[in-house]
Amino acid sequence: MRLVASDLACVRGGRRVFAGLGFAVGAGEALLVTGPNGVGKSSLLRLLAGLVGLTGGGLSLDGGDSELTVGEQAHYLGHQDALKSSLSVEENLAFWADVLGGGATKVHPALAAVGLDGLAQLPAIYLSAGQRRRLSVARLIAVERPIWLLDEPTSSLDTSGQAMLADLMRAHLAGGGLIVAATHGSIGLDGAKELRLGGSR
Amino acid sequence: MTALRALLVRDMRLAVRVGGGALIGVLFFLIVVTLMPFALGPDLALLARIGPAILWLGALLASLLALDRLIAMDHEDGSLDLILTARVPLELAVAAKAIAHWLTTGLPLVVVAPLLGLLLNLEPKATGAVALTLLAGTPALTFIGLIGAALTVALRRGGLLLAVLVLPLTVPVLIFGVAASNAAVVGPVPFGTPFGILCALTLMSLVVGPFAAAAALRHGLE
Repeated sequence: MRLVASDLACVRGGRRVFAGLGFAVGAGEALLVTGPNGVGKSSLLRLLAGLVGLTGGGLSLDGGDSELTVGEQAHYLGHQDALKSSLSVEENLAFWADVLGGGATKVHPALAAVGLDGLAQLPAIYLSAGQRRRLSVARLIAVERPIWLLDEPTSSLDTSGQAMLADLMRAHLAGGGLIVAATHGSIGLDGAKELRLGGSR
Repeated sequence: MTALRALLVRDMRLAVRVGGGALIGVLFFLIVVTLMPFALGPDLALLARIGPAILWLGALLASLLALDRLIAMDHEDGSLDLILTARVPLELAVAAKAIAHWLTTGLPLVVVAPLLGLLLNLEPKATGAVALTLLAGTPALTFIGLIGAALTVALRRGGLLLAVLVLPLTVPVLIFGVAASNAAVVGPVPFGTPFGILCALTLMSLVVGPFAAAAALRHGLE
């Protein structure tokens, strides 16, 4: 499986964010998107997820399901955590597992994997920022999708949370998955390729 | 199907839990209808004559109240992004949300309408007619509102704009809803004629609403 992007261009709010961007990520590989604020890291991830229209260029997933878009085969972990305060931790995760196509059986293992299994019945409003982040990460475990699009995945996670996320990412890569992550610092993946945006400006 | 059922169940759950606002519409409906006799005076004959119109207007305004939560809430917390990456057509996803919205905000209006009919001195036949026309007409209000909700989704606090956008589009529903209710009591047209048109309006909005809303959401992708 190989995610190939060629000559990508993105225009948001009438402003050209980037153009002529190309990269390829193969199975088991991670790509770190770096660069200063406002250079288009988040825009690139949203574009890969199909949440922003492609202004130019092409995007394809070789070896993927040709009936589905790239976004439909990807997990998007953005800045917003897509949790409903009045639903419990378990209900939140079970909902996304159903909607994204995972099924209910993996909800509890996923909660255990991110260390939230003791809080399954707690309404999400009582979670801290880091716990909300962990619950969002649990979504990636509960539903299997080959591509992970992570936007600042370590934000508000504590040290053990970051180590847990790094373990999960390594396991995902070892299973033949792909990761594209926008980040400012290290997210604990050795040997990841780096795509630096805004260098040529 | 699992995804759509999950959406439907979640939205209904959210509506009936704390801060969900399922009952707000009913309470508003109750207050509007209760205020009418105070404004119009204790003329029972007048109230009975314009009762169906009052009930319909109250239901129309009440159904607008919760519309801004229909899609905007999911947009604000990022849920809409994830729904877009789900493997279900966006048209069906927004339709499921609209159905959940109608079940929690539209259907209760239909249920309490007969009780409020008592306050307006409506005879049982007229009350039944109003309830039946509301049952047939409120889904149209929700699905027309769905289009407005999708159009204003990116605006923070777009509730007022939403009402201004949606109200003109609901005029035909109001006209034929009230016409059918009146026809059942005073005639001269048979009940079936305006009621048939009301049902047609609802069916049309059930088809057009999800497609227009999905198109608006896709166009607004940013």
